[in-house]
Amino acid sequence: MFGRYAEFIVSSYAATAIVVLLLIGWVVLDHRRQKARLRDLEARGATRRSGRSATDLS
Amino acid sequence: MTLTELANPTRFLTLAGRMLPWLAGATALLLTVGLVQAMLAPDDYQQGATVKIMFIHVPNAWLSMFVWGVMSVASLGTLVWRHPLADVAAKTAAPIGAAFTFLALLTGSLWGRPMWGTYWEWDARLTSMLILFLMYLGLIALWRAVEDPSRAARAAAVLTLVGAINLPIIKFSVDWWNTLHQPASVIRMGGSTLDKSFLIPLLVMAIGFSLLFLTLHVAAMRNEILRRRVRTLQMLQASRAEAA
Repeated sequence: MFGRYAEFIVSSYAATAIVVLLLIGWVVLDHRRQKARLRDLEARGATRRSGRSATDLS
Repeated sequence: MTLTELANPTRFLTLAGRMLPWLAGATALLLTVGLVQAMLAPDDYQQGATVKIMFIHVPNAWLSMFVWGVMSVASLGTLVWRHPLADVAAKTAAPIGAAFTFLALLTGSLWGRPMWGTYWEWDARLTSMLILFLMYLGLIALWRAVEDPSRAARAAAVLTLVGAINLPIIKFSVDWWNTLHQPASVIRMGGSTLDKSFLIPLLVMAIGFSLLFLTLHVAAMRNEILRRRVRTLQMLQASRAEAA
């Protein structure tokens, strides 16, 4: 499809896709980790100064 | 809604929760359209099919500098106004900016090999971009090295503002020095020199990557606010346990 430059073009797009997927994975997994830590703290009786639930995102 | 209201982390969390699905959807749509247009774009008379690398290289290069600009504005927010979300914004933009800079360097290198006959050349544009990448890594290391977020924020803000000097050097390096890298062909006095068949996919990809940055940044900021909430709760719990 890309002739004699295929390896350079495919490598560029593949590398970009991998890095973008890693970034998406980083934010998704980090969000799950932080919410799990908040749930754990709440289960152990931790409360915010406002008195609202630790896992309340609003 | 005023900026002051948005500056409230809890308010930001609510807004982020509402915005993220729309931002992610718009990003996916624009990147898909941009990719299809990029694949259907004709070969360049000089570059041949390697012009397709430009559709990802150029947006990444633009964003690598834009993200540092965002971090510089956030750093002013940290140092001057002590804005509650400013250091959260600066900290979370750094890894994303580093990723865009890495991709700009990598895809530029993969384009350079068939076009210039080399993966790397120590010319002004490439070297100043490499310095930008190293500065991103330095900032990430600084944030990780200092445990107290407010102390880390002030040090990182100073480093970011000093590092912003590199942005005009990158931008004008192709004019100030005799470089292998071609001069600006899109954002320049007198308008773009690109044909529409290349310019339109490039602009669609640039908007798509910009939305990708916005989506990732809002999501990462939300995570950082939650991380700080965890830290605060842990400290509160420890102080309560000590008092008991």
